[in-house]
Amino acid sequence: MPMDNDKNIQEIRKKIALNKLRDHLFWIIGLLSTLIGFVLLFTLIIDLLIDGFPRLGWQFFTSYPSRFPEKAGILSAWVGTTLVMIVTAAAAVPLGIAAGIYLEEYGKKNWLTNLIEINMNNLAGVPSIIYGLLALGLFVYYLKFGESILTGGLTLGLLILPMVVIATRESIRAIPNSIREASYALGATKWQTVKDHILPYSFGGILTGMIIGLSRAIGETAPIITIGALTFIAFLPSSPVTSEFPFFSFKWLLDPFTVMPIQMFNWISRPQTAFHINAAAAGIVLLLLTLLMNGFAVYLRYRFRKRIKW
Amino acid sequence: MSVTHSYPLKAEVKNLNFYYNLVQALKNVHLPIAEKMITALIGPSGCGKTTYLRCFNRMHDLYPGNRYEGEIILYPDRLNIISPKIDPIEVRMRISMVFQKPNPFPKTVFENVAYGLRVRGENRKNFLEEKVEKALIQSALWGEVKDRIYDLAFNLSGGQQQRLCIARALATDPEILLFDEPTSALDPTATSKIEELIMQLKKEVTILIVTHNMQQAARVSDFTAFMYLGEIIEFDKTDKVFTHPSVRLTEEYITGRFG
Amino acid sequence: MRKRTYLKLKERGIEFSLLLSALSSIFITLSIVFILLYEALGFFKDVSIWEFLTGKQWTPLFAQPKFGILPLVTGTLLVTGIAVAVALPVGLIVAIYLSEYAPFRIKEVAKPILELLAAVPTVVYGYFALLFLTPILQKFIPNLSGFNALSPGIIMGIMIIPYVSSVSEDSMKAVPMHIREGSYAMGATKFQTAFKVIIPSAFSGIAAAFIIGISRAIGETMVVAIAAGMMPNLTLNPLEPIQTLTAYIVGVSLGDVPHGTVEYKTIFAAGITLFFMTLSLNILGFWFRRKIREVY
Repeated sequence: MPMDNDKNIQEIRKKIALNKLRDHLFWIIGLLSTLIGFVLLFTLIIDLLIDGFPRLGWQFFTSYPSRFPEKAGILSAWVGTTLVMIVTAAAAVPLGIAAGIYLEEYGKKNWLTNLIEINMNNLAGVPSIIYGLLALGLFVYYLKFGESILTGGLTLGLLILPMVVIATRESIRAIPNSIREASYALGATKWQTVKDHILPYSFGGILTGMIIGLSRAIGETAPIITIGALTFIAFLPSSPVTSEFPFFSFKWLLDPFTVMPIQMFNWISRPQTAFHINAAAAGIVLLLLTLLMNGFAVYLRYRFRKRIKW
Repeated sequence: MSVTHSYPLKAEVKNLNFYYNLVQALKNVHLPIAEKMITALIGPSGCGKTTYLRCFNRMHDLYPGNRYEGEIILYPDRLNIISPKIDPIEVRMRISMVFQKPNPFPKTVFENVAYGLRVRGENRKNFLEEKVEKALIQSALWGEVKDRIYDLAFNLSGGQQQRLCIARALATDPEILLFDEPTSALDPTATSKIEELIMQLKKEVTILIVTHNMQQAARVSDFTAFMYLGEIIEFDKTDKVFTHPSVRLTEEYITGRFG
Repeated sequence: MRKRTYLKLKERGIEFSLLLSALSSIFITLSIVFILLYEALGFFKDVSIWEFLTGKQWTPLFAQPKFGILPLVTGTLLVTGIAVAVALPVGLIVAIYLSEYAPFRIKEVAKPILELLAAVPTVVYGYFALLFLTPILQKFIPNLSGFNALSPGIIMGIMIIPYVSSVSEDSMKAVPMHIREGSYAMGATKFQTAFKVIIPSAFSGIAAAFIIGISRAIGETMVVAIAAGMMPNLTLNPLEPIQTLTAYIVGVSLGDVPHGTVEYKTIFAAGITLFFMTLSLNILGFWFRRKIREVY
């Protein structure tokens, strides 16, 4: 051994040099692959800005769609998106939090909770357009809600329900058992423990999940098309505030509507380039909204993680 | 420290200091490692013996913020293996390690043992088979696994897994073999098999073993170093350390008064 | 005493309503299956399953309609194939880079930005595929038609990267450190450790990630509806316009198709085909994810 030690080490060094070369090459490939996503995102934003930024102005936000591209705007679309999101949040958030609480705090490990869990995972993987078909059969024709804001909101609500449930469960799971025991030791009931401790402490995570869910819903196009939302809406839904007693109304829930991604899709499908400019402008608004919401969610997650350390 | 003067040295630690960021974990360590002998490191947990062992194959380089000072000279080529100029990978190819917990890869028995050779770019089938068989025989595992060397290593028992890890370390003909509390996760039967194996192996390779078990050190080693708070308190022939320790702290430790 | 009974009743009531909320997910799944089956069965009263599964033409809106689902299925598979060819290798490389190579700071920045890729509305990606990527590709591939499978396939692939990379990375991070150390102690580089030890150890998780990616690609709608054309074309040529199952549903929904007609039912027939394709993938993916937990 010691005799050919030198020769051995020379050989080992050669091998190491080769191994390290491969290692460095892969390091570069890995970095470049990670950058592909950034490059796409960056190019996308620049492309949209170049095409659509000049079109963004007061008039664009306050006009209805029109046959004349330069007169068209996204008024009915952004109002529609706002109202649909209200319904979506109202449907998905309480239901999702309640389901999450049940699965984490109440449900015992048995076939039923197991089934619910598998099912929840499966729902999260169902393509969004399938939810559109469900809504078409269930809300539009069976429950006769028609092609309304209510239908649109509920559809997207079902779509993001698994996201809210998963976010709720994850943030509840992060709470250590000692907190629960402390509460029970003081004589609190299960619900009191949930209401006074579990919910407040998991609030940050649930809020984050909710915002990410809603940002997903804002951009969803396919299920809304499937339920038959109109692409050309030149009026606003009826106002939720009225001049007569009781000063509010839910009539808007059953009004027809359009949303921003549908408006954008409609403009992309037109052959005239001028409409493509409108599409790009609508795309900027849509992208900005989702990026802001996601950025806010990331910030929230970071802040809550910093504030509470178990 | 002339207890090793009549033995050829495989390595020599000179003035070694080691830092985890700002915390100094090893202080001024000196230690000669005699060739084809077993040197044991004992001491209470947290005394730095594992930290010390991991300097020998530069495992600390895997994590940021660690810093070595001093020298570990490897003979015969008098290479300072902790010098920043020396590639840790080269050191690890010459000095193998067996860990506290058996850590076979999720591969077959054969591929586990052949791993070190494959890492060196060796792919000749006959050569690998020969080497794998030899290593498995050396680690006293061949008889038990020769019919299932293409089974997953996870299917072996804990003691077999640890002997597999020893075979994996031996297959590359290392110059030094490091053992980091190799039996702490095993039952007594598996432990005595591993101890027997370690004593067998000293014919072929220089061994450095960290153990929390004083009887183990007394049974298997030729030299023993007692460490405390990052320093070597006493180093001598094993018999001497366990029968006539020259430092009071050592005596207190081996008689179980602390630790 | 009365207060105790009241409290107990209240607790029971709350638990029951929470249970109902949790059960709502089962209700949703049952409704999906019921509605798809109900309308699809209606469809199969008018059209034989044999014609549906083997017919090579899909022209339900013609005067003489043909109901062969094959063009839509091949269209879906073609676009999925292109997307997957981009997303799986790149997603896996990104996962290895983030899990084994990237310093903490790069990871902290890279992961949220990657997540943003999955958050961009797909209609925006559709715009980008049709009006940015296709014209660029046409400069290199002159016979690429304005609507084609290639461009939306590539964009979808990049869009799916975060789905593949995040699940793969999670399963790589779950490989215990002592396994990694075992490899480094043998003198392996990061590259060797990643490919010879980490990937085999994290195999179940990576498989699950790949399946999630494939399932996403099959169900993706707007990018293909916008940029792939609306031609149910039985072809595997990525340069031609095609139609996917999802794009067909969108195409029909855009028009005015009366409730209860065969045309109306076709979208449910396409939908149930899509549902079973993704469902079987999801079940397979779920099975792999269960396996991850068994290893260590």
